[in-house]
Amino acid sequence: MLQRTPLYERHKAAGAKLVDFAGWEMPVNYGSQIKEHEQVRTAAGLFDVSHMGVVDVSGADALAFLRHILANDAARLKEPGQAFYTCMLNDEGGIIDDLIVYYLSEGRYRIVVNAARRAEDIDWITRHAEQFDVRVRERADAAMIAVQGPQAEQCLGHAVDARLEHRLSTLKPFRAVETGDWLIARTGYTGEDGFEVILPARSAVDLWDHLTAAGAAPCGLGARDSLRLEAGLHLYGQDMDTTTTPLEAALGWTVAWTPEDRDFIGRSALEAQREAGVPRRLVGFVLEGRGVLRHGQALSSEAGGTGEITSGGFSPVLGCSIAMARIPAGDDGPWTVDMRGRALPVRRVKPPFVRNGQAFIN
Amino acid sequence: MSNVPSDLKYASSHEWVRQDDDGTVTVGISDHAQDALGDLVFVETPEIDRTVEAGEAVAVVESVKAASDVYAPVSGTVIDANAQLQDAPELVNTDAYGEGWIMRIKLDDPDALEELMDADAYEQLITEEDDG
Repeated sequence: MLQRTPLYERHKAAGAKLVDFAGWEMPVNYGSQIKEHEQVRTAAGLFDVSHMGVVDVSGADALAFLRHILANDAARLKEPGQAFYTCMLNDEGGIIDDLIVYYLSEGRYRIVVNAARRAEDIDWITRHAEQFDVRVRERADAAMIAVQGPQAEQCLGHAVDARLEHRLSTLKPFRAVETGDWLIARTGYTGEDGFEVILPARSAVDLWDHLTAAGAAPCGLGARDSLRLEAGLHLYGQDMDTTTTPLEAALGWTVAWTPEDRDFIGRSALEAQREAGVPRRLVGFVLEGRGVLRHGQALSSEAGGTGEITSGGFSPVLGCSIAMARIPAGDDGPWTVDMRGRALPVRRVKPPFVRNGQAFIN
Repeated sequence: MSNVPSDLKYASSHEWVRQDDDGTVTVGISDHAQDALGDLVFVETPEIDRTVEAGEAVAVVESVKAASDVYAPVSGTVIDANAQLQDAPELVNTDAYGEGWIMRIKLDDPDALEELMDADAYEQLITEEDDG
């Protein structure tokens, strides 16, 4: 039996096509993925992301604990409401999950994890928490709604009271405001301005209805994937997994190397890899001809190197296909992709592919 | 619920076939097929004058979700392909049985249409697929 979010009936009523995503019955689209994609790039789209895991970590050792299990340094979150993106690594430096951490107040942090990694993450976190004075609590009572796009602020402003509306208008990216049992963060997974709201499950339908009334259109996981790909954002399980390090996944920027005496899990493995040379890189490609690059397709370079598309798809903004791929370091191509038996040339580019609704590659 | 016009014939690989007056047929993919694929982004139509065998992959429809072959439902010669799909693949989504047609084939054997499913049989097939 698949799990359902508090918004399931809303999805059905809106004509969603529902699919099994990590054990959850989730909308993949409400008719047209491309229309939903364009809605987010030009106006505002609404996503039910209640399948994601919300984990609260609190206690006297909360900061010390997070500094130990995360590759980014939670000590950099100085003011309540600050947030960052980070990887959680195993001892070999492999990525257990990528997640967002919110600093709520002294000794209180909230972590949002991928639905597909929820069980592994909680197991890992709980196991390592034993040596610390912390409390780990999964918030299965929480729902999460993302409103994304250039009109997201306006839409969310309509759905909250005037005092909060003003607060949102001054909220910077990767900052959050905690108000009662709601957490409203200026974060997202689309490359547009927008907000993610974590709120009690019982309030989810009401917020959803207010946001649709304010003009935000429901969007499914299909558009969420094409939006994040255009934005050059990674998907766990495709662009990285436990066998890839942040250095092999173009996520070196999320690793806090200083202070040097912070002994986070995976650090020594990452340092050894950095010392020895990182063997593989995650890069971007564009297919200028017809056809769609897809996860798992093989790449070959003129020099004989081989690579693989980790995430691929059609970019509605660019009107052609784009991809992220893992290739051997130092092989500058040129590259071709094996598409259904034909070798098609692909052009290497630096993600993001799209920023603020516009093409960002040359 | 998918639209399955009663005046068409269907292949189990989800193509529809319309018999035209001049001994040719028009072929496309069913409403059920376009709905399962999602938004189309590219359509590769066959070359004109190509000889095709029933069951042979002759066109490709590529959606946001997957690439899928389109099979010739009958043997014959391709006499026309829908050039509009080059720039407007979404016509297959918006009008699968009309402007979203893919190709026209001149039949080798006019009786070949008897091999195809009628609307009732096709409707039963897709209902079973949905339940499976």
